[in-house]
Order: sequence, then structure tokens, then C-alpha cells
Amino acid sequence: MTILLFGITKDIVGSSTLSVPTSSITGRKTPKTVKELKQFLGDTYPELNKLSSLAIAVNNDYAEDDKTINSYDEIALIPPVSGG
Amino acid sequence: MNSRYIRQTSLNDFGPDGQSKLLKAKVLVVGLGGLGLPALQYLNAMGVGTLGLMDQDVIELHNLQRQVLYSEKDLGRLKLDVVLEKLTAQNSQTTFKTHDTFLTKENVLETIAAYDLIVDATDNFPTRYLINDACVILNKPFVYGALHAFEGHVSVFNYQDGPTYRCLYPEIPTIDEVPNCNENGVLGVIPGIIGTMQALEAVKVLTGVGEVLSGKLMIYNGLNQHVSKINFKANPGYKKITELQDFYETVDCDIVPSISAKTFMSYRESGKKFTLVDVRTWEEFNQNHLNEAVNIPLDNLDVFEHQIDLNKEVYIICQSGKRSELALKQLQTKHPDLTLYHILGGMNKMMTLCP
Repeated sequence: MTILLFGITKDIVGSSTLSVPTSSITGRKTPKTVKELKQFLGDTYPELNKLSSLAIAVNNDYAEDDKTINSYDEIALIPPVSGG
Repeated sequence: MNSRYIRQTSLNDFGPDGQSKLLKAKVLVVGLGGLGLPALQYLNAMGVGTLGLMDQDVIELHNLQRQVLYSEKDLGRLKLDVVLEKLTAQNSQTTFKTHDTFLTKENVLETIAAYDLIVDATDNFPTRYLINDACVILNKPFVYGALHAFEGHVSVFNYQDGPTYRCLYPEIPTIDEVPNCNENGVLGVIPGIIGTMQALEAVKVLTGVGEVLSGKLMIYNGLNQHVSKINFKANPGYKKITELQDFYETVDCDIVPSISAKTFMSYRESGKKFTLVDVRTWEEFNQNHLNEAVNIPLDNLDVFEHQIDLNKEVYIICQSGKRSELALKQLQTKHPDLTLYHILGGMNKMMTLCP
């Protein structure tokens, strides 16, 4: 599962993309929904939990927490940015 | 129709009709910085009839890297004055309305009501949410642009039945999860690209030409020239805002004890004793500061707080008034009994008062 990172999430993770390995490698449950993905990423990068409004897109569509995700989906983390 | 606009009136899809729509249009550009300037230069060149200009800052050396309308000789002058001068020279047919203020809860509805379209070229979340809520209340579309490092975001919010800023980001981010305006870096050319995109979207909204970027967030990555477009839908709840919130963080000055730079100046001249803490970085402090100021950068406030003489009234200053507010909140929590004020507009405003 490939995750594209934008705005401050890129700075938090330290890279512009991130791949979530399958459970056979990590021994952890692979996230099946947007909500589970947020928790999964929040465990690894606690700074992400601080973002109060973090939009998630699945295959370029804005996704709510209950949206199911698959390993072939392209996910994007899009926090609000403020500079002008 | 005069020949001035012939290169665009000769376009089949734009024509004299498009030009006459631009001429009748009233557009407010909030923020005369990296995004606002390129947007304005093009809107003015293309013949938008009425342009509202809003900002209260003065031009500083570190603005010049991206705010390319300004010259070295403009340093220390009000952005509003310089923009008015240069845009009038660029197109004398435009009607300009100047707003020498920041957007606040008190003035936003009255200000925005006079315009057809708002360009959000601000640099902070509270003002962006304020623009969103006011535009929803008054049923005005607004063209959003925002930056982070090498990245730019563009969308048109509240266009007809389309989604709003809150449909994408329901809540204002808290002040500590967001990089401070003065620490937030941006490569100089990126606001030029995003600001001109905003001008293009504004023209499309005003004339009906093309497809407006509504219900889509465009994300431009300057490092690889990659453009992503994210589709999102209106959340009916956020289209039904009928009144402003009580509180928009830094925008609402009533919550935090503050004093205008002018009042502080007369207080200073009265010879009364007070403590003045400058919470900017030492580099900024070394460039210029008020004589009586003690420098304790915001990041070190916890450690060096004991250096502040708390037996007198304490005034806090920074560059623009944002960090001083954070510092005040921090001190207030620890010392609820103290009399503390932060100076609105910070050194930017002070410098316009005592050049």
C-alpha cells in the first residue's frame, strides 16, 4: 500500500511517500479502513495524531473514516497548509 | 470595447462578453503577500473593474524573495500604499478600494458583502476559516490558495452548490500543530505559480469560461512538477453556517489582552515604568528592537522566564503580533494573576509609527 504525503505530514515522516508493509512482514494487522490506517500511522508517527484536520484521499477521492482500503489503493495524506 | 484587451476579447470562448463581465466584477484580495500580489497583478492587467486590497503589514527585506512587486526602495512602507501606487500605474481604469486592516470577526461580513468574489491569499488558518464562514453566510465563492515549502494547494470553495473549506478540513488546526508563519519556509517562485492559478480560477468564476476548480483540491508539487487533484463533496452541514463562531484564535483579539501599537507608543512616551519582552529570535532582535526591550525568544520562554521583571506591567512584542500572543498565553497559564498585554501588529506596526 503506497501512501503519498503532503504538507506537514511529509516533514513528520521525513519522506514524500511511505509504504505500509503487509502483515506477514510486520506481524501487525494490515489496516482495512481509513480509520485503521490513521491509527496504524499514528502508532508509528505519533506527531500525526496531533493533526486535528487531516484529509485522507483514496484513489484521489476524499475518504471518510469508514472507507475500506486495499493493498493496491493509492492513499494520500493531505493536511491543511497555511502559508501565503 | 477598447483595444487594450483585444488579445483576450478575440478568444472565441472569452470574447467581449467575458471582458464586460470582468469589468463589472468586484474582487477582494485578502493579503498582499506572495499569493495576493501575482493574483492582483493579473486580475488588474486583465481588466477586473473593482479590486479590493487588504493588508496592514509593512514591506520587510525577507518578503522580497517571493513578493516580486516590491522593490528594495519600498522597504518599511505599507504594502497597501505600494500596491495601490503600482497597480494604478499598471491600469488606471481599475477602481481600487483599500482596506487598511486585518480581517476580523467584527469587520468581515460588512467588508465581504461589497464584493462578488474573494481571493484568500492569507497566511494563517484563523483568517482562512473566517473567510470561509463569512463567504458561506453571504453566499460568496472564494478562491483558495495555500503553500507549504515546495507545495501549493488551490481550490474554489463555496462556488454555487459546491463544497466549502470546512467540508475538507472541518476544524481550525490548533496553533501548536502548525509551523509559525515566520518559520514556515517557501521557495520564492511557488507563490507566484499558485497566486496566478488563483487569478485564473477567479476569471473563470467571474466569466463562466471553462471549468471551475470546485469540488477539487489541486495540489502542486514544485519538486517534480506533479499535480494531484483530489475530489471531495459538499457536506450539507457546512453549507448551512448562519453565524460566525465566537472565536477564531488569533483573529479574535478580545480573548487575549492586547494593546494597539499606537496606544503602547503613547504609554511609552508617558514615562511610566513597564517591562517589555521581545519574543522574536535573537537574529530578528539584533536587526532592530525597542531600546527598553528584553529579548527572550518564544522557544526559550520556559527557560528564561525568570529574567522577566514581573513587578511591573508586562508587555510582549514580536514581529507581527502572532508569537507575542502565544507567549502571552503561555505566561498567562503559569501566572494567572499578572497583568500582561501583547502588542497588536508587533514591530511591523511600531516601525510605521516611529520610522
